[in-house]
Amino acid sequence: MEHIVIIGNGIAGVTAARHIRKLSDKKITIISAESEYFFSRTALMYVYMGHMKFEHTQPYENWFWKKNRIELVNGYVNNVDHANKKVDLENSSISYDKLIIATGSKPNKFGWPGQDLKGVQGLYSKQDLEQLQQNAPDNKTCKRAVIVGGGLIGIEMAEMLRSRKIPVTFLVRETSFWNGVLPKGESELINEHILDHHIDLRLNTNLVEIIADENGRAKAITTDKGETIACTVVGLTAGVSPNVDFLKDSGIELGRGVKVNRFLETNIKDIYAIGDCAEQHQGIGNRRPIEAVWYTGRMMGETLAQTICGNRIEYKPGHWFNSAKFLDIEYQTYGWVFSERNKQEYEAHFHWRHATENICITIAYHKDTKEFLGINTFGIRMRHEVFNKWLSNKKGLEYVLQHLKDANFDPEFYKQYETEIIARYNAEFSTNLSAKKKSLKRIFNIA
Amino acid sequence: MKTIKYLGLVIFLVGLGIFAATPFLGNFKLDQKTFNETISSQGVKSELLIKDLESKLVGKDFSSSTFLAPVLDDAIDKANATHIKNKEWGKKTYASGDNMAAAIRKASSYGFIPENKGTMWFLTFGLGIIGALMFILPNVVLLGKKGIKNDGIYLQSATNRGIIAWLVFFFLVSFYIILYFYSEYAVNWTFLVDPISEALSGNPAGHWFVYGFMYCVVMTVMAVRMYIKYRHNMYQIFRTTSVLFFQIVFAFLIPEIMVRLQMPYYDFKNAFPLDYDFFFQWNLKDLIANGGIGIFILVWGIALTLVIVPIMVYFFGKRWYCSWVCGCGGLAETLGDPYRQHSSKSLFSWKVERWLIHAVLVFAVGMTLMTLYSFFAESSTVLGIKTQTVQNIYSLLIGAIFAGVIGTGFYPIFGNRVWCRFGCPLAAYLGFVQRFKSRFRITTNGGQCISCGNCSTYCEQGIDVRAYAQKGENIVRSSCVGCGVCSAVCPRGVLKLENGPEEGRINPTEVLLGNDVDLMELVNKK
Repeated sequence: MEHIVIIGNGIAGVTAARHIRKLSDKKITIISAESEYFFSRTALMYVYMGHMKFEHTQPYENWFWKKNRIELVNGYVNNVDHANKKVDLENSSISYDKLIIATGSKPNKFGWPGQDLKGVQGLYSKQDLEQLQQNAPDNKTCKRAVIVGGGLIGIEMAEMLRSRKIPVTFLVRETSFWNGVLPKGESELINEHILDHHIDLRLNTNLVEIIADENGRAKAITTDKGETIACTVVGLTAGVSPNVDFLKDSGIELGRGVKVNRFLETNIKDIYAIGDCAEQHQGIGNRRPIEAVWYTGRMMGETLAQTICGNRIEYKPGHWFNSAKFLDIEYQTYGWVFSERNKQEYEAHFHWRHATENICITIAYHKDTKEFLGINTFGIRMRHEVFNKWLSNKKGLEYVLQHLKDANFDPEFYKQYETEIIARYNAEFSTNLSAKKKSLKRIFNIA
Repeated sequence: MKTIKYLGLVIFLVGLGIFAATPFLGNFKLDQKTFNETISSQGVKSELLIKDLESKLVGKDFSSSTFLAPVLDDAIDKANATHIKNKEWGKKTYASGDNMAAAIRKASSYGFIPENKGTMWFLTFGLGIIGALMFILPNVVLLGKKGIKNDGIYLQSATNRGIIAWLVFFFLVSFYIILYFYSEYAVNWTFLVDPISEALSGNPAGHWFVYGFMYCVVMTVMAVRMYIKYRHNMYQIFRTTSVLFFQIVFAFLIPEIMVRLQMPYYDFKNAFPLDYDFFFQWNLKDLIANGGIGIFILVWGIALTLVIVPIMVYFFGKRWYCSWVCGCGGLAETLGDPYRQHSSKSLFSWKVERWLIHAVLVFAVGMTLMTLYSFFAESSTVLGIKTQTVQNIYSLLIGAIFAGVIGTGFYPIFGNRVWCRFGCPLAAYLGFVQRFKSRFRITTNGGQCISCGNCSTYCEQGIDVRAYAQKGENIVRSSCVGCGVCSAVCPRGVLKLENGPEEGRINPTEVLLGNDVDLMELVNKK
């Protein structure tokens, strides 16, 4: 029986294992040093905040693995020996017929002085969560935390610490929060929301040094603005990079991550890489070569399972979409909306923001053809299926606006804003559009 | 703000403490006149029993600590034994010792409690309401910006099965045991709400009136908490208003007012088989004896179960009943909301659920068929089994212990829908309709799920919502009561409760939206 060995029990590796099991009877082994069972990394924050217990982050009950004959090995892989088709753990080695590398990411550290002191940590793994619970159990132990890096993990960490009433200073390199990704209006909305949550947001500010006390614990940081901020915990959340150091001498081609082709195959036969640690030779469409996103890990797992089970298939992700939550504001995106920094020259934006609530949308369209390119929504939920269809059918901007009610995914009885949005558009573009009534027939594709 | 909150907590606990102590206070003295009246109101025809009780009770001052019911039960059994031996069937006593004890206490109480009903009401209900509101209202400010606020739920004793949760459990269970089995101890409580009962129905309050009034008060106060906690979520606000309205108007006010108008006591929204004694002989006789309104209730009750309920479930899912109208659901969604995370999501629990709830449905329907047969055939037994015995077993096991003691008492430990999930025969019936013939579903939003598990954690019905959402599959489950909290707590906007076409409602998928179209077509075989 063919033996499939998967390094990493995150969403990519586990999805691959599940689908291989559905399609075949192969022997499957998953190796992980992080946790006994698969858990959802995205939910770690909720454990700290007391919304859940750690066991709730595990999508499958513990009997699931045995029942599906997926063997779990607890251990750290030091080396991949592809000549002998085996992986070496601390005290043992495991032979494989096919190997899947799904080792995910690790938090970035940029060589800041003091970055390895006690009290300095990232927020990625189960161990990071445990460490944070020790470092910052309450606001008596942790008088202030400084978070370095204004991305999604940074704002999550700020929210976590605020849930225990710990004062937070948030250093963001950019002049406005996440403005490498978000257009100006939206980025500003989030800036305001961060301040509303009593987070001391420092835009355009970089970390210079973390200062230790006599016990080797962080006690303060200095910024490039010449300021010294006393703190107990320093959160390093300046992005993540592929967790592939153990492969350095393996002969597997590495860039920043494990280089793979469109079939998720590495340069070495029978070795594949998926998820955060995989790096495409070239980004697919507008996507980046490395995509550290939950659902891309899952999709690569779904795809690779086909290849491993004899139906060699290319990894072809569909239209870009994503979502996040910034404190109380939900964010969704479908298609491509670029920030001013990364905008294509043909891309134009229509932006609407609610006068008082934290609600706004940005629609990107082609300047000349008026083709709809993508949408960002804040505080309004949208229907994935509808936008996917509109993107595939290359609908125009005006069509999308007129049918926006079809795409609304907010819970029943929520106030709807399509009419206001269209009024704003009409005023800006001197048009006379009106919102079409929501149609179940269109939404559910009934002829 | 925090000071107000904690002061409120203290006031609430004082009110609760007085309420809990009330059953064990008070004085009772039975004179001859009251004795005669009470005995005749209980339909006692046995001189033997009357004489026996007279010697035991009249002129005696019995403080609350003595327990009357066993004394009465003893006397009744003894007298009945003699009458049976002498074949004096007409003299047999059918009243229960517990009911008679409650009636005697109600009639013979004197002293502070019955003489200061208003003051006592204020010291119990009044302080409880004021304290609870002082505890809840500051959350408008303390919870900060609107949005989902579940911070610390698993870090606090009360909501994480800690010592406080167990104390609440102990209190609730004791309360239900007194209510169902030792109603003579509830007599002192009835004095607190006598004025209200008299204003509504014209009659002094019994212990069920205390329960009904308290139910409304608790729901109202906890609804205020819901309004604050979910103030960003219009679905929760509408739904909470709806359950509150149906509880206060339909379950509480209308039946009491009907009694004042000499009509039968009836809750128009309480559908059979949840209303399990609707077809009991005494009820049918009572309804028929009441003429026009009685017949209307009879027709309405049958139509409610056979026509209205299933049609509404077809269009809106069982949520229209279970989380918008039902009283049990109403308490679960208000008082029970802080405990919703405790319902078990394991596959094992789901198996237990399916066996148990359908067994109760079979039991309820079987018992009703026996009842109807007995009614029309005028026979007290069916195939040699006494109908009355089956009815008594159901009333005790399901009506009292399961729905009451376990259903609500276990909130802090097993979550707020134990009865609705494992026991309610109406829920089982609606579940069939919802699962097989309905437009309702919880739509999963394509590939947006990140498997975080908030939805599953906060599902009060123990549905592993995430298991569906992470597969991109709609949630169509017979047990879903459509409370909407999975959708509310989802950080990524993945879930939406909606009514739509039946076609494609159940959509098992292997590969989620967002992946390659060819792969999706290959695997999902659409």
